[in-house]
Amino acid sequence: MVSTSSTHRTRRAAQTAAALLAGALALSLTACGGSDDDKSSDKPSGTAPGKEPGTSLSLPKLNGTTLEVAAVWTGAEQKNFKKVLAEFERRTGAKVTFVPAQDPVINFLGSKIAGGKPPDIAMLPQPGAIKQAVDKNWAKPLGAEAQAELAKNYSQGWQDIGKVDGKQYGVYYKAANKSLIWYNAKVFENAGAGEPKTWKDLVSTAQTVYDSGVTPFSIGGADGWTLTDWFENVYLSQAGPEKYDQLAQHKIKWTDPSVKEALTTLAEIWGKKDFIAGGANGALQTEFPASVTQTFTGGDQPKAGMVFEGDFVQVNIGETKAKVGTDAKVFPFPAVGDTAPVVSGGDAAVILKDSKGAQALATFLASPDAATVQAKLGGYLSPNKSVDPSSYPNEVQRKMAEALIAAGDDFRFDMSDQAPQAFGGTPGKGEWKDLQDFLKNPGDVAGTQQKLEQDAAQAYGS
Amino acid sequence: MTSPPAAGVTTAPAAPRSRKSVTGTRKAVAALFLLPALVLLGALVVYPIGYSLVRSFYDQSGDGFAGFDNYEALFTDDSIRTALKNNIIWVVFAPTVATALGLIFAVLTERVRWGTAFKLVVFMPMAISMLAAGIIFRLVYDQDPEKGVANAVWVGVHDTFAQASAFPKAHPGRDSPLRAQGGGFVTKEPVRAGDRVTLPLVGVAPDQMPDSAKKAVAPQAEPGKITGTTWQDFTRGKGVGTLGKPDPSEVGYAGMRIEAVKDGKVVASTKAADDGTFTLPAEADGAQLRLPAGNFKEPYNGLDWLGPSLVTPAIIGSYIWMWAGFAMVLIAAGLAGMPRELLEAARVDGANEWQVFRRVTVPLLAPVLAVVTVTLMINVLKVFDLVFIIAPGSSQDDADVLALELYRKGFAEDQPGVASAIAVFLLLLVIPVMWFNVRRLRREVRR
Repeated sequence: MVSTSSTHRTRRAAQTAAALLAGALALSLTACGGSDDDKSSDKPSGTAPGKEPGTSLSLPKLNGTTLEVAAVWTGAEQKNFKKVLAEFERRTGAKVTFVPAQDPVINFLGSKIAGGKPPDIAMLPQPGAIKQAVDKNWAKPLGAEAQAELAKNYSQGWQDIGKVDGKQYGVYYKAANKSLIWYNAKVFENAGAGEPKTWKDLVSTAQTVYDSGVTPFSIGGADGWTLTDWFENVYLSQAGPEKYDQLAQHKIKWTDPSVKEALTTLAEIWGKKDFIAGGANGALQTEFPASVTQTFTGGDQPKAGMVFEGDFVQVNIGETKAKVGTDAKVFPFPAVGDTAPVVSGGDAAVILKDSKGAQALATFLASPDAATVQAKLGGYLSPNKSVDPSSYPNEVQRKMAEALIAAGDDFRFDMSDQAPQAFGGTPGKGEWKDLQDFLKNPGDVAGTQQKLEQDAAQAYGS
Repeated sequence: MTSPPAAGVTTAPAAPRSRKSVTGTRKAVAALFLLPALVLLGALVVYPIGYSLVRSFYDQSGDGFAGFDNYEALFTDDSIRTALKNNIIWVVFAPTVATALGLIFAVLTERVRWGTAFKLVVFMPMAISMLAAGIIFRLVYDQDPEKGVANAVWVGVHDTFAQASAFPKAHPGRDSPLRAQGGGFVTKEPVRAGDRVTLPLVGVAPDQMPDSAKKAVAPQAEPGKITGTTWQDFTRGKGVGTLGKPDPSEVGYAGMRIEAVKDGKVVASTKAADDGTFTLPAEADGAQLRLPAGNFKEPYNGLDWLGPSLVTPAIIGSYIWMWAGFAMVLIAAGLAGMPRELLEAARVDGANEWQVFRRVTVPLLAPVLAVVTVTLMINVLKVFDLVFIIAPGSSQDDADVLALELYRKGFAEDQPGVASAIAVFLLLLVIPVMWFNVRRLRREVRR
């Protein structure tokens, strides 16, 4: 009891100090806090913003406010994010509920909004979705505090992809580095293989692993997005960022020779049935989590030696006995063209119901404080450059985070996430389905291109 | 349960009053009592149906009138057509097979002592939700024989008749003297008597080698004979090592079959010893050495239950697993109410059991069978959860049914107009079946 009251006192002191320091930035917030919160207004420091020692972040007192946050995260990801929300609750006194959403999130929100009960904040995984939300007048722009926090902590590139028509709507709270290949260290050691730097090396490394008696790749083909990520990495590295942007906006057609080249390159691995665990048919029935676990279970004889996907793979590795950094290692997606690709993804917090509480939560999510909480729990990368790299729980995680920050504005956002949902984000449809068919029949490059173009035209046209 | 006596109480004091007023109050009271039900029905059934009907004539955003465009999409859109085709398969097979199985179970359980226990077991899947059943069968049909029980059984049966080989993944490495031929490998050059031949392959992990395999040794020349070694030319942790020569820790392919082939005919054959060495007689002179395909047969991996071609039958199987019990219980009830004398009479007349079943039991049960089949048909038309859960993303398109396509169009592709049109179409499909059921019910009541 003694200790709690003493920390309470120091916090109060810090709060008063912060009220002076925060100045103009927090002025509007404190003003609101005074008028709303009559219970605390009789106390001397009641109108002061909530302030933690050791941070520059100031949050208003939000006792009695309830907020809803919708995101598609499940499992460990959801659990860890709830801890971040709990931290927000602790600092402000607001009550935050996590609303589990499902893909495609924009349609989920559509029905929520049609029902008159939108969540206060939604985590939108695609820049396309943010634009859609703005076009439909669902999204509310960020307030001055959130923008200031964002400007302080984010590189220009990460700020810009949260903007629509020059106005800031999204806070990229979570980033994904989707240009990684994870491998079973034991398999590589047994095969005497090293980490490849180029696509050619990757193919010969795969051959070496295969010669040693282990299937080189595990592909979670039942989930179409793993396949689009493969394609994007090859395409970004081979055709270059300019073409990548054009294709993402459908300014060049999928029948373009650059797409043909990328698919042909991809077929150097996808086309060898011995290179893929279970063959193409097996891969098409393997969901992403299983594609990871089968790579890191089975001792000397796992189902596969390598699995390609983003940093979040380690969440699934956590379900096996393998240890990230010793049993499970990672190398960046090798360069197919001149430079290695950096394809990223991310989830942006977008305000759907403008309120003091929602703005405060957005500000909090833009701060290093929130990101640090989740970074410590693992399986999470923040595009926030103010997050101390030492907050990440292991070396692998730290390396990936540093690489992401170091890439600055040279990264490219996941192409299928930029495409309309019907093309780039629907199970069994569009690009997902077309690449699944390509995995099954990797000889048919021209047919795949035609199908992709046909589906893209339909989706972008409507 | 409580309403009939309650109604009786309210009418009792009204009896002394005049007839007219009694009916008058009754009407008002009746309306009052009906009101909650009507409001609920209206709000939850009539209004949604009406709105779906209206919505189906509007475009994607709901602002512009689209005429019959959405209905046109029903018959032009590829995935809706697949869904329609699959729905037909479902409606034809699922109810009939479930009813037939139910009939067999019902008739047989009548005769066994533990019939009730058996019925209980068959009926039990009904206690599980569709979702849980879907998850169970997603596992049952898993491709990996170590996880999916369907493939475990299938592979078990298959392997009893066809043994898997020892070196399924073996293949020639770099600069190999071998080339692939018909699933096996053959030397590029013919061999001569007195030659020492090396047949290196790679791709077999050390712990998957036969237990008897020993360290490979280089072949010793023998005059007039062909000697050689076949081994795994790959050292763990080092790669190929010395290419084409057995390194110290490399292991021989114990038991590998080697054939000498001259002009397409096998002139001699042998098996490699534990250290991978083999000797062929002088007849093999001038022949090419072949490692026949039998050495490299891939282990049988079972059927692709959830692949494009089998996914619908597989899901129908899981549906039958759930609903055969339902059919059985209804049919057993019908069976219990059947006049025994007729069966006895048939038996006395000398009919055998099959004839009794075929000529007496089934015709007498026909009305029950019809009700069960029709009820299941209505149920099958709206099947959604099983398909949604069991089919993996890659074959969801192939397993598609109308109810699932409705969901996908409405919630994943943001085309509420088309989704409403599918809903209306489904309603139209159900109406004749419902009409049949209602008519049967009326006839039954009149009787």
